[in-house]
Amino acid sequence: MQTRLILFFLIFYIKSVSAQQPDLLSLVEDEKQPKEFVKNSYKSTRVIMSHSLENLAGGVLDFRILHRFGMINEGAYQFFGLDQATIRLGLDYAVTDRLTVGIGRSSYKKEVDGFAKYKLLWQATGPKSSPVSVIYVGGTTVNGLKFEDEEVENYFTSRLGYYHQLIIGRKFSESLTLQIAPTFLHLNIVPETLNRHDIYGAQLGGRIKLTKRLALTADYVFVANGKDGDVEYKHPLSIGFDIETGGHVFQLHFTNATGMNERAFITETQGDWGKGDIQFGFNISRVFTIKDKRKK
Amino acid sequence: MIIKTISFAVVALLVTSVGLAQDKYFTKEGKITFYSKTPVEEFDAVNSAGLSIIDTKTGAIEMSVLIKAFEFKKDLMQQHFNENYMESDKFPKAVFKGTISNIAEINFTKPGTYKAGIDGKLTMHGVTRDITVDAIFIVSIAGVIAKSEFIALLDDYNIKVPGVVKNQISQQIKVEIDNTFKPYVK
Repeated sequence: MQTRLILFFLIFYIKSVSAQQPDLLSLVEDEKQPKEFVKNSYKSTRVIMSHSLENLAGGVLDFRILHRFGMINEGAYQFFGLDQATIRLGLDYAVTDRLTVGIGRSSYKKEVDGFAKYKLLWQATGPKSSPVSVIYVGGTTVNGLKFEDEEVENYFTSRLGYYHQLIIGRKFSESLTLQIAPTFLHLNIVPETLNRHDIYGAQLGGRIKLTKRLALTADYVFVANGKDGDVEYKHPLSIGFDIETGGHVFQLHFTNATGMNERAFITETQGDWGKGDIQFGFNISRVFTIKDKRKK
Repeated sequence: MIIKTISFAVVALLVTSVGLAQDKYFTKEGKITFYSKTPVEEFDAVNSAGLSIIDTKTGAIEMSVLIKAFEFKKDLMQQHFNENYMESDKFPKAVFKGTISNIAEINFTKPGTYKAGIDGKLTMHGVTRDITVDAIFIVSIAGVIAKSEFIALLDDYNIKVPGVVKNQISQQIKVEIDNTFKPYVK
């Protein structure tokens, strides 16, 4: 009996020794899958007009040139809108992989805007990882036009607007990314007493990657309390393509929004897609590495 | 009596198996660097988390690295490397499995420098190729250092570079390996 037992163990032992021979690497491989952050949800830090799930990597500076032409339905006389253009020039800098700050100036209303964007949760794979990314964006806009009436006492604070967004999104696959962003916006001063100071909305956006360097994107903001006295806000909708060419990302798109900061496109979109109030626009993003990421 | 003999055999086997374990050397911090050099642009990337193991009995040597663990100076390059060139979500690892052809000439217990030839298969970006590389093994009390250098051609591994950046990325990538092996104990 004892002999049998020992023989049994002997055979079992020999088997187990020979079984581990074929794959040497499995001896040193960790069984646990390491936690890995999901990257490249979008080609750029903006879906089109709104902030995307993506943050710049720490130490990277992004120079952004935004262009919107006039309405296409203005016809041949205005060269389908291409005769007019508004721009926003912007600089974004990533302090860390999670925190980006940025500033920009738009020709429309000579408005300056600044924002901070912080990645609270980062979608990852592996143990104890989040299935979604959650990003907070907070910003301020400053109207730069001269006061209408310079005789009366004017306050700087009346130029200001604020916005807060919580972007929740997920890269579902290499080709599909979707996001939703509840948005709150406050204007210190409004044109008419009936106009609202506080505006609520939700941004919806996503992309479908078509090839390695080309993606279809859509960006929509549902403005919940859109009817405001005589003014009716339209919901801004942009549809476009992201094209990546080495160091640049081009975002070519059609949109009904003229504004290029959150205050402008959420509260001042008048264009109606149904009536052909659509304009062609493009964003160019050029990134520069300021800090070598290997020497962090 | 039979039981005694068999017990002895078991003990003997256990002892030799400990000996067997010491015939293997491994590292989890293998360093791989690659260089691309064209007249327009030079860049390199480093990975310091390569897994490698040598079986000195058979001469088998294997190495595996995570593509995403390569670090570049510029994040954008790293992003393009993973997304556009190596497609690291689809092909997360590069794996080499080979044999040291002159294993008999290398004494892993005697300090010294030994030249070696390694034949094997390198798999990356879903393509497996036979490669032969020269290596140096430096045996010391601290461990075994293995160094190697070879050229990999992008075309061999079906890595396509679009026309606009052809002058910025070399077709011939120089790969350097620098591993410090320690005895493998189970």
